[in-house]
Amino acid sequence: MELTGAEIFVRCLRDEGVEYLFGYPGGAVLHIYDALYKQEEVKHILVRHEQGATHAADGYARSTGKPGVVLVTSGPGATNAVTGIATAYMDSVPLVVFTGQVMTHLIGDDAFQEVDAIGITRPCVKHNFMVKDVRDLAMIMRKAFHVATTGRPGPVVVDIPKDITAHKTDYVFPQDPSLRSYRPVTDGDPAVIRKAAELLLTAKRPMIYAGGGVILGNASSELTELVRWLGAPCTNTLMGLGAFAATDPLFVGMLGMHGTYEANMAMHECDVLLAVGARFDDRVTGDLDKFCPNARIIHIDIDPASIQKNVAVEIAVIGDARLVMRELLAALTASGRRLDAPALKAWWHRIDEWRGRHCLEYDRANTEVIKPQFVLETLYRLTKGDAFVTSDVGQHQMWAAQFYKFDRPRRWINSGGLGTMGFGLPAAIGVQLAHPQDTVACVTGEASIQMCIQELSTCKQYDLPIKIINLNNRYMGMVRQWQEFFYQSRYSHSYLEALPDFVKLAESYGHAGLRVDKPHDVEAALKEALGQRDRLVFLDFITDQTENVYPMIAAGAGHHEMHLATDRELA
Amino acid sequence: MRHIISILLENEAGALSRVAGLFSARGYNIASLTVAPTEDPSLSRMTLVTSGSEDVVDQIRKQLNKLVDVVKLVDLTENKRIEREMLLIKVCAEGGERDEIKRLSDIFRGRIIDVTERAYTIELTGDGSKLDAFISVIHPRRILEVVRSGVIGIARGNASCVPDDRSSCLNSNDPAA
Ligand SMILES: Cc1cc2nc3c(=O)[nH]c(=O)nc-3n(C[C@H](O)[C@H](O)[C@H](O)COP(=O)(O)OP(=O)(O)OC[C@H]3O[C@@H](n4cnc5c(N)ncnc54)[C@H](O)[C@@H]3O)c2cc1C
Ligand SMILES: Cc1ncc(C[n+]2csc(CCOP(=O)(O)OP(=O)(O)O)c2C)c(N)n1
Ligand SMILES: [Mg+2]
Repeated sequence: MELTGAEIFVRCLRDEGVEYLFGYPGGAVLHIYDALYKQEEVKHILVRHEQGATHAADGYARSTGKPGVVLVTSGPGATNAVTGIATAYMDSVPLVVFTGQVMTHLIGDDAFQEVDAIGITRPCVKHNFMVKDVRDLAMIMRKAFHVATTGRPGPVVVDIPKDITAHKTDYVFPQDPSLRSYRPVTDGDPAVIRKAAELLLTAKRPMIYAGGGVILGNASSELTELVRWLGAPCTNTLMGLGAFAATDPLFVGMLGMHGTYEANMAMHECDVLLAVGARFDDRVTGDLDKFCPNARIIHIDIDPASIQKNVAVEIAVIGDARLVMRELLAALTASGRRLDAPALKAWWHRIDEWRGRHCLEYDRANTEVIKPQFVLETLYRLTKGDAFVTSDVGQHQMWAAQFYKFDRPRRWINSGGLGTMGFGLPAAIGVQLAHPQDTVACVTGEASIQMCIQELSTCKQYDLPIKIINLNNRYMGMVRQWQEFFYQSRYSHSYLEALPDFVKLAESYGHAGLRVDKPHDVEAALKEALGQRDRLVFLDFITDQTENVYPMIAAGAGHHEMHLATDRELA
Repeated sequence: MRHIISILLENEAGALSRVAGLFSARGYNIASLTVAPTEDPSLSRMTLVTSGSEDVVDQIRKQLNKLVDVVKLVDLTENKRIEREMLLIKVCAEGGERDEIKRLSDIFRGRIIDVTERAYTIELTGDGSKLDAFISVIHPRRILEVVRSGVIGIARGNASCVPDDRSSCLNSNDPAA
C-alpha cells in the first residue's frame, strides 16, 4: 500500500523503536504533525522553544544511550535548534534532528521561512541529508540513525521539504543502512594492544585518564576491571564522571582546570598514562608543554582524529573502548606478570600525601550564608548518590562535578564541550521522561536557568517532577570569578539585577517553589522537595555571592601549578 | 610541507562544500582544489593541494577521512606520482612578436588554440613549475589573461586510489582482463 511521506516518517520512527519525539510544529511540518495525530506509538513531547527540544532529546540520549529524536519546522525552527545540535556535537551525543523545509520547487527563492538548514548545520553535525524524493525517505532516515549511533556518535540532521511529506510511495523498512563511505573501526589492532599491555606492565607510576568515550561506548565495567587489575589510580574528565565509581578508593577525582589536586599531580608525575575515550581537551591538559612531562602515553579512541591531535602519544589503539579494554585485560592476564608491587605502593603513598591536602575543603562551619558546596553535598547524601543530575554551565556545574559522587555512568548530564547555558532544565526533561521513577535534579544558576526557563511549562504539561536546585549567587559566578582573578575585580556586566522572584515564577507555571537562605534550612528544604514525588519543586538557594571554585589551574599553567582555596591569591 | 591528496567522494550535492567548509572551519591551508565526476557516475574525484607541518597534514587527512561522503583518500605525496596542471593563457601577439611567442610556446610544448590578429591563446600542461616557467618568460605586459586549472595527480606504477571493493585486472583472476 502506498503511504505519504509523512506517514512513512512516522512508520520509520516506530520501526526504529523511537519512544519520544521532541518537537515544535510549523508550516513545513504540518503533514507530519497530522500523521503524528493519527497514531499513538511515537509519543510527541511539545517543548516551548526548539533549543529545548534538542537539549531534551540530548538528555534522553545521554541518560539512556539511545538516540534522541527531534522534529522542528523550517526557518526559525531550524535555526533555534542549532545551539542544541552544536551542544550534542561537541559532546558526541547521538541525535537525529528532522528539520522541515520549504517545497522543493521553492528552494533557493528566499521563500517564506526558508533557511539553508543543511548549510547552517554542516559544521556542527556528524552528517546531514536532504531528502529529494519520497522514495529515498525511509533509507535516508535509516542511514541517519545508523550514522548518529555508531562509531563516534553525533547529531545527524535530515532536511525534508514539505512536498516530500505529501508524495506517496510504498513503504518497506530498509534492512541494511550501511554506507560504503562510512565504516567505523571498532576492533583494536591486536599487535598494538599487546604493545600497550607490555608498556603498562613496566609502569612504576601508572595513571588511567578516562573520558566520555567510556560512557558513550558503555565500557564502564571493562574500565573498572582493568583499573582494579592494574591497581592504578583512575581519574575521569568532566564528561567521564561515573565511568569509574567515584567512591572507589582507586578514584582520585576529576582532573583538569577544576579537578582535584591529587588527580592533577598524579597526571604530572605518572610514568605511564593510559587515556581511554578522552580527547585531551585544553581544559584538561592546561599548558601542553608542561603536560605529563614524565609519561609514556597510550591512547584508546574510536576516532582516529582524536589521536595525536593535541598531544603526541606513543601507542595509539583505534577502536571501541569496550572491545579494546577487554582485549587489553586479556593480554595483561595472559602475560602472567603483574605491575611492580613495591613501586605501586610507593606511588599510592605519594598520592595519599596529595589527598591529604583536602583540596575540596570549604567553610563548612558557616551558619550565616549558604555555601553552594554544602547544598550539593547534602543533595548527594540525601539521594544516596543515586539521582540523575543535569547541570547548566558555570560555577554550580563545577561544584556539582566535584561534590556529587557518581558511581554509575549516564547519571551526570552536562554540556562540557560547548558549555551551553540553558542546557540543564530541558535536558532534565528528557532524562525524567526516560526514567520516570528516578530522582532527576537540575543543578543550575540564576543566569543559566533563565536561558530556557520557558520549559517549566513543558514540565507542567507532562507532569515531570524534576527538582531544580538553583544556586542563586546573583552573579554570573564563573564570569565574576575570572574577573576577580584576571581583571582586578572589575565586574563588568556579570552582576544580575532585576532577577525574577523564582518562587512566584515556578508557582505561576503551576509548580512548587521554595526559597532557602539559611544553611540550617538546606537539608529540610531538600528533603521536602525530594519527598514530593509527583511535582516539580524549584528550590531557590540564596548562596554566598563571592565563593570561588577551587582548585583552579589558570589558563597556560601546568597540572602542578594549581591554586587551592587555602592559597587564595592567584595569577 | 606541500601535500597533494586524492579523494574519492560521493557525487552528491553538498559533498564539495563539506570539504571546503572543513578547511575554512579548521583553519587549514588550501592551495588548489579540482573536482570532476569519475567513470563511476556516483563518485567524484577531488585533488587537493595543501600545506602544513606533518602534524597538521595528519589531522587534515584524518578529518577528511571522517567526512561521511569521503569514500577513499590517498596522500599522493607519500609515493612517486605524476602531477599535471593545465594553463590557458591569452597573450598579446602582434607583428614581429607573433613568431617569438609561437617559438616559446613550441619550446614548452604548448599549443596555440585560438588566434586573432592581436592575440594568441595558448594551452599548456605540465607540473606547476613548468607552467610558472612559461609565464615567467612572457613579458607581464603581454599577458592578457591567465587561467590555471589547479593540480591533478595520480600515483606512478600500479597503485591506485579506487574504492576498496572495486575489482580490476590487477587484482582479479579474470584471464580476459
Ligand atoms: C565551565 C567549564 C569548565 C570545565 N572544566 C573542566 C575540567 O576542569 N576538567 C575536565 O575534565 N573538563 C572540564 N570541562 C569540560 C571540557 O571542556 C571538555 O568537554 C571535556 O574535558 C572533554 O571530555 P573528554 O576528554 O572525556 O571527551 P568527550 O568530549 O567526552 O569525547 C569523547 C572521546 O571519546 C571518544 N569515543 C567516543 N565513543 C567511543 C568509544 N565507543 N570507544 C572509544 N572512544 C570513544 C571520542 O572520539 C572522543 O575522543 C569544562 C567545561 C566547562 C563548560
Ligand atoms: C549561552 C552561553 N552564554 C554565555 C556563556 C558564558 N558563561 C559561562 S558561565 C556563565 C555564568 C553562569 O552564571 P550562572 O548560571 O548564574 O552560574 P554560576 O556561575 O553563578 O554558578 C557565563 C555567562 C555560556 N557558557 N553560555
Ligand atoms: Mg549565578
